[in-house]
Amino acid sequence: MRQGMGRQWLVAVLELTNISKHFGAIQAVNDVSLSIEPGQVVGLMGDNGAGKSTLVKMIAGNFHPSHGTMRMDDKELILNKPAEARQHGIEIVHQDLALCNNLTAAANVYLGRELRRGVGPFRILDYAAMYKRAGQLFAELKSETRPRDLVKQMSGGQRQAVAIARTMLSQAKIVLMDEPTAAISVRQVAEVLNLIRHLRDQGIAVVLISHRMPDVFDVADRVIVMRRGRKVADKAIASSSPEEVTGLITGAIEQVS
Amino acid sequence: MAVTLDQTIAQKQHTFLSRLFSTQTFWVVIAVILACIFLSFATDAFATSKNLYNITRNVTFVAIVALGMTFVIITGGIDLSVGSVLCLSSMVLAVTMHAGYSIEIGILASIATALAIGAFNGIFIAYLGFPPFVVTLGMLSIARSLAMVASNNTVVFQFGPDHQKLLALGGGAWVFGIANPVLYMIILALITGFILRWTKFGRHIFAIGGNEHAATLTGVPVKQIKVAVYMISALSAGIAGIIQTGWLGAVTTNLGNGMELQVIAATVIGGADLAGGVGTAFGAIVGAALIEVIRNSLGLLGINAFWQGTFIGGAILLAVLFDRIRNFRRSD
Repeated sequence: MRQGMGRQWLVAVLELTNISKHFGAIQAVNDVSLSIEPGQVVGLMGDNGAGKSTLVKMIAGNFHPSHGTMRMDDKELILNKPAEARQHGIEIVHQDLALCNNLTAAANVYLGRELRRGVGPFRILDYAAMYKRAGQLFAELKSETRPRDLVKQMSGGQRQAVAIARTMLSQAKIVLMDEPTAAISVRQVAEVLNLIRHLRDQGIAVVLISHRMPDVFDVADRVIVMRRGRKVADKAIASSSPEEVTGLITGAIEQVS
Repeated sequence: MAVTLDQTIAQKQHTFLSRLFSTQTFWVVIAVILACIFLSFATDAFATSKNLYNITRNVTFVAIVALGMTFVIITGGIDLSVGSVLCLSSMVLAVTMHAGYSIEIGILASIATALAIGAFNGIFIAYLGFPPFVVTLGMLSIARSLAMVASNNTVVFQFGPDHQKLLALGGGAWVFGIANPVLYMIILALITGFILRWTKFGRHIFAIGGNEHAATLTGVPVKQIKVAVYMISALSAGIAGIIQTGWLGAVTTNLGNGMELQVIAATVIGGADLAGGVGTAFGAIVGAALIEVIRNSLGLLGINAFWQGTFIGGAILLAVLFDRIRNFRRSD
């Protein structure tokens, strides 16, 4: 009962109020409010087209909400592009991981924010520092990934570790993970769930978008279910069950409070 | 845990030697060396200083353009317009100087023309989403036609007051008797190698070739970089054009005709992957060298020049075949 006891007075790291998004006549997200606390893993579930991705894309800065407000650490959050979300400490692990196979693990971790050394305009890539920091991140994640290995020769779990290490470079407050366990083997799923727990233990809020019921019930503290653009459930994992969530996703159960 | 963090960080997948043996470029270097050794024994003319001077100088024009092309190919693009851009840049230089302007103004006009064409290619490809093949194919036609317009399709061989300076620039040998074009090639290769290995720009070029979508998502300025690589490619063609003008002492409108294929062949033989994400400056030079050695040797061995295309085409297929075989073994 983590939610009931005291934890609810923590300042929410992210708070969405009456968020809606429509594309022309299509109402993708309809009047959704929710708040996410530090160190909490929230499972975001729903069928295809339920509005999960649209909701996440608004938090990630890809879309503007049509209505409603987002607040981060009690300040209004307006995002014009993904880079701004990153500046605010919102990191995304994309479903396809967004990795370059031809580069090393360290190069992928630092992609777009390479470390350099030198003076003024004469600055060169700081390979040593990037290998070192990437190695430390992989060690923190208890991953066997090595910084100099090429991504194309890695297993699914190692690739996930590279994508997750990327989110740990800066002081992330929220990590959004889009279907991180969809395309990997059972053994690697356990590895990824451990990575998620590791982020949580550092006080980072994790939003886990997933179709896989066992994963959500294994690692999440809370589950939010969406159906046809609306939030139909938002409750602690301990007080829900896979049967209930399935009913909510399909519409067999209308709504729970 | 017996393995410390530092060991993990230092862990390399290959030793220096195994990595060396696994590169296509290395085997092409071996092929060039073996061919040179064979030719030194098989013919009297090959290992003469005059012939070697000729070979090194002939390599340079293709090699310089191949350096620029390497940037484009690493991003997964292609530039078919380089031969025509080389011709147009030469022609702009020649016509400007012929009209009585100084060599500095001529070179400036020539470089500006090349950069403008590169920017045009890049903007169509990056911002308007045209396929590189189509845009640069169009430019292949446009640039050569503009060269004909600029010169009224005549041969220009008088370069005004700075005539001698231009000939010295391209035809001279200012340092240790090494032909000037060779020096330019070495300098440009070093710059290219440096950019690819040590700059953020270089890293982003490889990222775009590896996974353009990922590069975009991680905040790499993909569009700007694409425009830049096509400008670099055109610039290298422009530089080669200027040097070649000085070396030849005359410009015709069929200069650089068909050169794009030799340049692409050189980069591919040197190990660049047309699918993007792989390529080196050294590879571009070595690929150009292999092509020139093949050409030179056919002449010296008295083989009919009509066979040239067959041998160069065979070299392309053989080089890529080696790469395929290694990949098959790796995927097992």
